[in-house]
Amino acid sequence: MITVIAFYLFAALTVLAGAVTILARNPVHSVLWLIVAFFNAAGLMVLAGAEFIAMLLVIVYVGAVAVLFLFVVMMLDIDFAQLRAGFIRNMPLGLLLAVALLGELLIGIGAWSVGGIELGEPSGAAAVPQGASNIEAIGLLLYSRYLFLFEAAGVLLLVAMVGAIVLTHRQRAGVRGQNISRQIARRPDEATVNASPEVGKGVQL
Amino acid sequence: MIGIGHYVTVSTILFVLGVLGIFLNRKNVIIILMAIELILLAVNINLVAFSSYLGDLTGQVFAMFVLTVAAGEAAVGLAILVIYFRDRGTIAVDDVHNLKG
Repeated sequence: MITVIAFYLFAALTVLAGAVTILARNPVHSVLWLIVAFFNAAGLMVLAGAEFIAMLLVIVYVGAVAVLFLFVVMMLDIDFAQLRAGFIRNMPLGLLLAVALLGELLIGIGAWSVGGIELGEPSGAAAVPQGASNIEAIGLLLYSRYLFLFEAAGVLLLVAMVGAIVLTHRQRAGVRGQNISRQIARRPDEATVNASPEVGKGVQL
Repeated sequence: MIGIGHYVTVSTILFVLGVLGIFLNRKNVIIILMAIELILLAVNINLVAFSSYLGDLTGQVFAMFVLTVAAGEAAVGLAILVIYFRDRGTIAVDDVHNLKG
C-alpha cells in the first residue's frame, strides 16, 4: 500500500514539476522546478530498486547540472519577457505536436502491452546477482564487463570539461596577473639600492 | 500494484512535456536546454524501469552513460550560451543565423 502511495506521490510531483519547468515565467523558477522533477524521479528509481542511479541523479543533476543552469541564468543579464513573446503564438503548433507524439507513444505502449512483439529474453550475462545490493551488483558489472565503456565515459567528461573551459576562458588585456617565476627569481641585491643622499635631498617630490 | 506500465506512462508524459517545452519556449535557449534534460530524464526512467522489470542490470549501466552524456551536453551547451551572450548581448534563438550565408 505504501509503495502505491509513494509511487503516485513521486509520479505526480515529477509530472507537475516538469510541467511548471516549461511553463514558468521566470527561468530561475524553471531551474528550481527542474530540481524538484529530478528529485522525484530519483524517488521513482529508488522504488524500482535502482538506488545507485537514483543517488547519481541527485548528485549529478541536483548538485552539478542544476547549479550550472542556475549560475548561467543568474549571470546573464537577459530580458526574459521579450524572450517569452512567441509563447502564445507557438502554443497551437506545440500542443498539436505534443498530442501527436503522445498518441504515437500510446499506440506503441498499447501494442506492446497487448503482446505479440517478441523482444527476446535477457541473456543473463547482466542478471542481478543473488544477495548483492544494487550498488554492489552495478559495481561488479561496471568494472568488468563495461570497463572500457566506463573509461570512455570518463574521457567524454574530460573532453566536455576541457571544451567548456576553452570556450569560456578569455584573456583580458591590461590585467596585472601574478608572475610567480619572476617573483621567485628576484634577489635582494637587485631589488634594493643603497644610496647616500645629502641632507635634505633624500626625498623627491 | 505498481507495474511497468505505470513507469512507462510517467516517462511518456515527461517526454512529451519536454518536447512541448522546446516548442513553447522557442526563443529561450536556456529553457530549451532544460527541456532536453527533461527528455533525457524520461529516457532514464524508462531504462531503469525496464532494467528492474527484466532483472537485467544493463539498463541501469546504460542509464549511467546517458547521465554522463547529459552532464557533458549541459556543460558545453551552457558554455556556448555564455560566449554567444558575451559576443552578441542576446540569446534569442531567432537572432542566431550567423552561419546562414
